Parts: sequence; C-alpha cells; structure tokens
Amino acid sequence: MLRIEGVTVEFDGKIALDGVTLDVADGEVVTVLGPSGSGKSTLLRVVAGLQRPDRGRVLLDGKDITSVLPHRRGIGLVFQDHALFDHRDVQGNVAFGLRMRGDSRSQMEQRASELLEVVGLTGYERRSVATLSGGEQQRVALARALAPAPRVLLLDEPLGSLDRRLRDRLLEDLEELFERIALTALYVTHDQAEAFALGNRVAIMRAGRIVQVGTPDELWARPADEDTARFLGLGNVRDGTMIRPEGVAVTHAADGSNGDGVVESVARRGPTMHVNVRLDTGETLEAAVSGLDYPSAGDRVQVAIDERGIVPLD
Amino acid sequence: MTQCHKAALAALLGALVLGSAGCGGGDEPPSDVVLVTHDSFAVSDDVKAEFEKTSGLKLRILQSGDAGELLSKALLTAGNPQGDVLFGVDNNLLSRALDGDVFEQYASPHLAHVDERYVLDPEHRVTPIDHGEVCLNYDKAWFSEREIEPPQSLDDLVDPRFAGLLVVENPATSTPGLAFLFATVVRYGEPSWQDFWRRLRENDVLVVDGWEEAYNVRFSGAAGRGSRPIVVSYASSPPAEVIFAAPRPDEAPTAVVEDSCFRQIEFAGVLRGARNEGGARKLVDFLLGERFQEDIPLSMFVFPVNSSADLPPEFKKFAVVPESPLELPPGEIGKNRDRWVKEWTSIVLR
Amino acid sequence: MDEHRAPVSAHAWRALTYGVPLAFLALFFAYPLASILERGLGSGENIRSPLDVLTDPLTREVAWFTLWQAVASTLLTIAVALPASYVLGRYAFRGRNVVAAAVTVPFVLPTVVVALAFLAVLPEGLERGWAAILIAHVFFNVAVVVRVVGAFWAGLDPRVSEAAATLGASPARSFREVTLPLLAPVLASAASIVFLFSFTSFGIVLILGGPRYSTLETEIYNQAVRMFDLRTAAVLALVQLVCVALAVWAATHLEQRLALGGQRRAERHVLRPLRTRGEKAFAAASLGSLAIFLGVPLAVLVESSLAVGDGYSLEAYRALGRPTDALLATPWEAVLNSVVYAAGAAVIALVVGGLAAFAVAGSRGGGARLLDGSLMLPLGASAVMVGFGFVIAFDTKPIDFRSSPWIVPVVQALVAIPFVVRIVAPTLRAIDERQREAAAVLGASPGRVRREIDLPVAGRALGVAAGFAFAISLGEFGATVFLARPDSPTLPVAIFRFLGRPGELNTGQAYALAVILMAVVGVSVFAVERVRALRTGWV
Repeated sequence: MLRIEGVTVEFDGKIALDGVTLDVADGEVVTVLGPSGSGKSTLLRVVAGLQRPDRGRVLLDGKDITSVLPHRRGIGLVFQDHALFDHRDVQGNVAFGLRMRGDSRSQMEQRASELLEVVGLTGYERRSVATLSGGEQQRVALARALAPAPRVLLLDEPLGSLDRRLRDRLLEDLEELFERIALTALYVTHDQAEAFALGNRVAIMRAGRIVQVGTPDELWARPADEDTARFLGLGNVRDGTMIRPEGVAVTHAADGSNGDGVVESVARRGPTMHVNVRLDTGETLEAAVSGLDYPSAGDRVQVAIDERGIVPLD
Repeated sequence: MTQCHKAALAALLGALVLGSAGCGGGDEPPSDVVLVTHDSFAVSDDVKAEFEKTSGLKLRILQSGDAGELLSKALLTAGNPQGDVLFGVDNNLLSRALDGDVFEQYASPHLAHVDERYVLDPEHRVTPIDHGEVCLNYDKAWFSEREIEPPQSLDDLVDPRFAGLLVVENPATSTPGLAFLFATVVRYGEPSWQDFWRRLRENDVLVVDGWEEAYNVRFSGAAGRGSRPIVVSYASSPPAEVIFAAPRPDEAPTAVVEDSCFRQIEFAGVLRGARNEGGARKLVDFLLGERFQEDIPLSMFVFPVNSSADLPPEFKKFAVVPESPLELPPGEIGKNRDRWVKEWTSIVLR
Repeated sequence: MDEHRAPVSAHAWRALTYGVPLAFLALFFAYPLASILERGLGSGENIRSPLDVLTDPLTREVAWFTLWQAVASTLLTIAVALPASYVLGRYAFRGRNVVAAAVTVPFVLPTVVVALAFLAVLPEGLERGWAAILIAHVFFNVAVVVRVVGAFWAGLDPRVSEAAATLGASPARSFREVTLPLLAPVLASAASIVFLFSFTSFGIVLILGGPRYSTLETEIYNQAVRMFDLRTAAVLALVQLVCVALAVWAATHLEQRLALGGQRRAERHVLRPLRTRGEKAFAAASLGSLAIFLGVPLAVLVESSLAVGDGYSLEAYRALGRPTDALLATPWEAVLNSVVYAAGAAVIALVVGGLAAFAVAGSRGGGARLLDGSLMLPLGASAVMVGFGFVIAFDTKPIDFRSSPWIVPVVQALVAIPFVVRIVAPTLRAIDERQREAAAVLGASPGRVRREIDLPVAGRALGVAAGFAFAISLGEFGATVFLARPDSPTLPVAIFRFLGRPGELNTGQAYALAVILMAVVGVSVFAVERVRALRTGWV
C-alpha cells in the first residue's frame, strides 16, 4: 500500500504541494481531482520518483522510497501524452519494462500479447506507433505501464487529449479493467465524471493541498466547503448550505396559480435536464429533472425542495 | 580509484597506444632507412627495389610540401630528425640549411664523376644530386602563328613588342620565381636589376603566386591554354610537354630562352642525429649512383649531375641543357635574399 | 529539473563525455600548438621582438583584411544559402537527398583544385583580388549553412508560423518575427563555422588573392616557410588564435542567448510536398541558381579532365591506371588511402565528438559551453603551426608518432569533431524529456535510458555527422599537408603533386583525380543518408 506523508514541493518560491498526505490501500483506486495548476501532476511525479520533495516521505508497503531512483521503484506511470517510444513498434514499447528487468524473449512476447489483449489491441504487436490513433496510442501506453506488473500504477490525466466519444469509451474500458484486475492505482484528473466513475475514493486537490478525501457519494453528499461544492458542479450554494439540484422538484404552475418562479434556461446534461429557475424572490435555483418531463424557458413553475437535499457546508 | 580517474587513465592509455606505433626498435641495427623529401620527389619502382636489394634495407620515404617547408621542418628538428637522409635542399636555400647545422659530413665516392661546379659545399655536408635550370619558356605555336620572333634574351622582355605576354611567379612564394629574380640580379647587377623590373612592370608583366598557376593556367603552351605565351619555368618543361602529351608530337611545342637560365642544384645530405647513419650513407651513394641518376630525368624532370649517367632519348632529343647558366654563390643568396625579395615586392607589387 | 543524489555511474558518464574530448584536444592540439609557439617565440637572435611584429603596420593591414573578408564571406554565404535551406527545410520532393548530398561536394574539394577552376571560370579582372576570394569562400561554405540550417529547419513545428498567419502576419513578417528567432541559434552556429573557415582560409587566398592580398594564415606560412622567421610566424599565429577564440566565445555566447527551445517535430510531420505554382517556381529558382553557381566550376573541372590531347578523351583517366612517377603509388592507391584515412578520421570524430555532444547537450552551464568552444578552436588555428607543432612535439618516445600513419586521421578528426558536435547536440537537446522519464519509470537505469532513448534518436544525427566527417576528411588539405606521410599519399596531395608537374597528361590526371574525388564524396555522402533513412524504420 502506498502512503504519501506530508509531501511539500516548492518551485522558485511557489508552493506546488503543501504538506500532502494520502493513503492508497492495496487494490484501491484513488482519483485525485483538481483544476489545472493544483499540483496533481507534481504529486504523481513525486510518487514516481521524478521529483524530489522538499519535505515529506513516500512509503511503499511500509518502506521509505523517497530517495529511491525512479527505475528502481517498481511503480508504473501513464503519461498524459502517452510519451510512447517512436523508434520502437507496439510490442517494443509494451515489452520495454520487461526488457529492462531481463525477461527472456519468449516471456516478453507472451506477456506483451497478454497485455495487448487486455487493452483490446490484440494483434497490434508489429504496428508502428506513429500510425495509431490517439485512443490506440493511449491503450498502448497503458499496456506498457502494466506489463511489468507494477505495485502501484499512476495515471496522469490519460484521457485528457482524447475527444469526448473516445474518452467515454476508454473510460468504460478503464472502469472494467480496474474491476477485473486488482490494481492499486492513483489516478489524476480535472474531470469530475472520470474521477467519480473510476475512483473507489476521490481526493479533491486545490492549490497544492488535499481538501477532502472520500467516496464519491460522501463527497457529493457533503462537500467540504463552497469551493469544493462549486467545483463538483453542485449549484445552489449560499450561506453555508447547499441545496442539491436533484432535491429541487419543478412542476408546471397549475392554471391560474402563481407558481414560485420563471424558468430561465434549460440545459441537457445527458439523461437529466438542468433547469434554472428565477424565483419571485429574486434568487436563482438549479433543479435537475428527468429528461422525460421538463418545462421550457419562460414557463412559470412551482418549486418544491426535498429536505434530504439540503446539505450544510462547513 | 574513482570513475573519474579511471576514465582519464583510459584516455591517456589510448594516447600511448597510438604512440607505440611510432616506437622504434631497441638496440639492434635498424632495418630501414628513412628519406625525408618534398612532394616533387619521385623514383621508379624498380630503381627503388634495386636499392633495397643491394643494401638490405627497406627504404621509407616521407614526403611533404616543397623545398621551403622541407627545410623549415629540418631546421625545427635539427639533431633529432624525422629521418636519416634529407633530399631536396637547393642552392637557394643552402646557406640557411648549412647555418642551421642540419647535416652530417659525408663525401660519397661517386663524387669523382661529378663536375666541380656542382659541389657547392667543400665540406661535403651536402651532396649534389641533380640540377635543373629555371628558364623562360615560350609557346612556339603562338609566335609562329602571329609571325613574331620569339624572345631570345632577357633584354627582349622589356621591348614593347612583348608587352603583356609574360607571366612570372612571385619570388616570395615560388622557387622558380625566386630563381628568376636571382637571374636578373646576376645579369644586370645591383641596382640596375630594379630598373629592369620597373620596365617589366610597365610592360604589363603578370605576377602569380605559384608555378602551378603560372604554367598550368596562364601559359598558352600548356594544358591550361592561357593567354600568355612566355612563362618562367624549367629547362625540362619542353620535353615534358612531349612525353606527357597524347598523342606525342614530333617536336617540342615549347622552347627555352637560354640566355635567361639560372642554375638550380638540388642536394641531399645525411641528417645530424640520424638513427641509421650507415644506411644513410648507403642511400646517399645510391642517389649519386648511375642507376638512380639515370632514372632522374623521367621521374623528376631535372638533370643528373653524375656525368656517367645517360640521358633518356626523349631528353636527348627535346631537352636543352644550357651551357653556362647564370649562377649565384649560396653565401650571397643567404645574405641578400630577403632584402632582394622585399625590394622586388615594393617595385613590382605595390 | 530534479536534484537527485547522482549515482556513481552519472559521475563516470560525465567524466567520459567531458574528459575524453578534452584529453584528445589537449594531447593532439594544445600540446603541439603550445610547443611550436614556445619554440617560435623564443627563437632567433637578430629577429625582431614580438612587440615589433605586433605594431608593424603590415601586421595590422593583414589582420584587418583577414577579419573583414571573413565577415563578408560569412554574410554572403548565409544570404546565398538561405533560400536553398528554406526549400530543403520545408518541402519534401523527389531527389531531395540527392540535392543535399550534391551541395556537400564543393565543401570537400581541396582548395587548390577549386581555386584553379575558379581562375578559369571567372572573367578577366574579377579573377583575383578580394571579390574572387569572397566568391570562392561562398562556393565552399554554402554546404555548411544549407545542410545544418536546412536540417534544423526541417524539425521546426510549422504550426507556429501557421498560427502567426491566422493572426494576420504576412509570410515575410512571419519569417522575421516567428521563424527567424527560432532559427537564430543554428544560424549563429553555422555562421561561426563559416567565419572560422574563411578566417583561416589558405589555398584560396594564396591563389585567388594574388600577391597583393594576404591573410594572417598565408602570412604565417610565408614567414615560417619562406622567410624562416619562426618568431614572426608565432606572433601572428597567436594573434590569429586570440581572434579566433574571441569569435568562438561570441558565437557560443550568442547561441546560448538565442536558444529558445521550441517544439521539434519529426521531419515527416513537417515537410510537405510542393503544391502551388509559386512554391514550385521558388524551389526551382533557388535550387536551380545554386546548382549553377556550384555546378559551373565543377563542370570546368570535369571538362579539364577530359580535354587532353586534341578534343576530348578519357586518356587522363586511363593514365591513372598506369604507374606514374608523380606518386610513389598508383593513383588508385591514393584513392584507397584517402578513403581509409577518412574512414578512420570519421570514426575518431564520431566517438570523441559524439561524447562531447552528449556533454554539450546535457547542460547549458559554463562548462559545457567552454567544451563546445574549445573544440571549435582547431578550426581556427593555423594549419601550418599545428603541422609544425606535431613535428616537434611528438619527437621523443614514448610518444614519437610524428611519422605514424595515425597522425593523418587524428588531425583530420580535429577538424571534423566540431561538426559532429554541432550536428548531434541539437538533436539530443530536443529529445522529449518525458520519453526519458517513461523509460526510467519502466526500469531503465540512467545509462540504459541513454542507450535506449538518446542513442536511437541521435542515431539519425550521427549518420549525418558521419557523412560530414568522412567528406571533410577526404578533402582535408591543410594541416595534413605539413605532416610527413609514409609512402601513401591522400587524394588531395596526389592531385597537388600532379599539378606540380608540367605536361598536359599530368595536369589532366590531376583534374581526373579531382573528378574522382568529387564522385567518391558524392556517393559516400549519399549512401550515408540512405542508410540512416533505412535505420530509422520503426524498430
């Protein structure tokens, strides 16, 4: 199991990581969610050994590996831009780590084929890396990192450079993969959907600090503070409380009755519709309603709030 | 020993390995003799083989540059020379060489066949091997086509008839050029030679830096088919024009102005501090011997000094050996050379 | 960049990449040069003092001429070479490799031969003097700029200038504001090499300059070899060395300041085919005019080799097969010797220069710059002095190898090494750090990372460097002329010897050998290009 303890990193007077502490249990996938510049990538680089922390330690299975060189840590890393080796073919890339530790040729070939099957690229061994699509390249990068069976796998926004459709597909594949093989992983992203879909636990990171760690439900139910709530895409934040959008029910105003407000905008978010209502009191409220039955902009509606949707913030 | 030191040591060892290539043998007598000479040296394979057979020594030849460079290097390495025998010092440079104490005395028995006037060093620190005269050459066809009389003497050159027809080499950078300058000094004496050159300049003389350019590019009678029909070259150039032409002409296409010829003698000598002194002497003997001397004309295009050496038929037919070329004692050359060259430069070039 | 506690192997690697080139330089350049300078400065009784030499107006005149003709040559060369560099750096077209190889040929020819060809080609009146010198310098050095700048240009991400275009920059503006700053370091690099060559140019100045013009180099030669005034020669050599050191310092300083990094991309992403009429016309015009400029003197050489006897014939070539007294070996042996020496020199240069390239690419610190600059010095040192230095420096055991055949490749390598560094270092510098990190995380130790990532990526550059080193060594005619060689002359020397003899057939053979030299160089450079193209297949 991986333990990051009080890690601090400073660049030219700017603090990139500020006393970060995080545990990843065996077989657990922890996603680190944060905006750009929050220090997520730096955290990964510290764990991989590519960046020396100014303070703090990294422990793997109880052993302090803070000063161990990257090539001796047995930790895998999938880069954002895959960083594949142009001068080798797919098999050459995937088997690279195996070659470094001295596997025999047949062992390498066998394991490489195994991994390629796992990532859905059976038969791609001899293909040249340059001719692959973005998604295929990222899969090769994944296979490459997994091949030497690292104790921990680090992933640095691996889906960042892909288009939406590809991302969603790959996301599904990753979810399935992480369930299939018991993987200890630290996955870094700025995308909330990815973080919540993949992570057993999610750590919210902001300005070099870990703000909150918990399961997706826990986070969603009780975000640590306003900024976190806003970052998670939860609207309706005011005065230390938050009203979850799914707790706001919106119905057409009955003929004649006033209703509570006017619909300002309606936006589809996948299967739900997010409806912004301007109440007669002047406030706006965001509601998440079923995509089957929803009002249009300009309609007068009645608003009802479920008590369970009211969340006090710290 | 740290890695740093190891790497440095390895580099040093590498250098020493390179050096071992040049390490000589121990105390046994050397099995080769080394001749240090200039780029114009040549010898036929069979002649070389004969020397190796009769002497029992392997002949190694180190060639580079021209006579001047050769001498500079010899002066630099006096006492610890690169070879055993030096061939290529000529009478223009002789006094410098002798002053630099580069040679060891040796009088070869073959000197008996050599005319007195070639033996410029009575102490036999150097031995004459060949002589070649630097003379004006002219293109016969050029003059006959225009029905002009070709020049017969140095005096003709300042005649307006021959304006713009002469190309000479810079005496500061070229041996034949230097020899030609000496010829004019001897012919006209001090200080009249300077007037001669002033008039040559008025007569549109072309000065170039080297013989290659003068002869191969500017001269109309050679491969370059240049625009000037009179050039400072060697007495042996006309036969070369016959021998190295394809197809061979019946007559030499160029001729020599005998009046203008200046004697050049080339010497060889045993180097002081030579590794194989015995071998060196054998080599000097060989160079002066009949076999090598007869090989000289067609190899190096100069004439043998050994009177018992026969000239090849082409030379007998086409070459002119000037009877009494102009000469200057080496001592005088040594004393005044630099001054003459400076004066020449200011008259002709500036 | 991280601060890892560097393991022992990192120290050893640094010792190797700095130590070997420095040791090579110290032993085979600094030591002989220092020896001859010391001998020269201390020699002579009635020869004037160094101060007299320095204050002599002739010295000033010569130094001034040397400087301005070198600067003018450099600027002119860049101007002439830039259009062709652009074409080679942006477009892919059939025969591109041939063009690149062909451009390299003039660079390799011995100056003596080319000077004579120019004498025949240039019109009367222009054929000597400073104009002829400048033109000949451009002729020789165009290759340096076209190859080095063109190769670099072909790795520049075109999207940067495309972005500029979308923001309203005209092509000229885009070139000035976007491309030029990115090119600046490599331009400075190429310019410094051209400057050094022009500064110390010997054969061209000697022949095309005529008696009136002389540079420091020819004056050094004059003093050392004709006047036997070693002291004056040594003083002038020192002046030359100081000027060169200053120029090199300025160049590396400039390169450092100008280097912006920028995205490098593989050529296949950058080069595009010629599409529009305008593009095709430009390419044809620039490559065409360059071809004429380079081709005419070469054509003259070919013509001279055939113009033996009445009309044209192959007689000169046939004569090369016969034994000749001009050389102590047959001409074909001279060809073989040259190739062997050049190959040896290329190997030495690749090893020493390759290591130095790693050192130079690995850090931007003062130490790396000092190494880079020092390696450039042999380009600017007097060939005469170095040659003489060898003669007196290596004359005692255990390093008595002044007559060893290894001297020639070593001296040739001295000249080739800065090219290897200049070609390989930028490529190494441009390697994406993340590839190295990826390899490290996958278990590759630092040494292994170098082998797996740096070397294959640098492989292409090493190929170009090998070709260049080989070509340079083939035509080297400076210092090797002053070294005594055992019975095996190189091609340039053989050519020179043939030229030194009267007779049409001798001259013809000289030109024939020059044509052969051109052909050998062209073929070998082209072959190296093909090989590296094959090797960077994808495995």
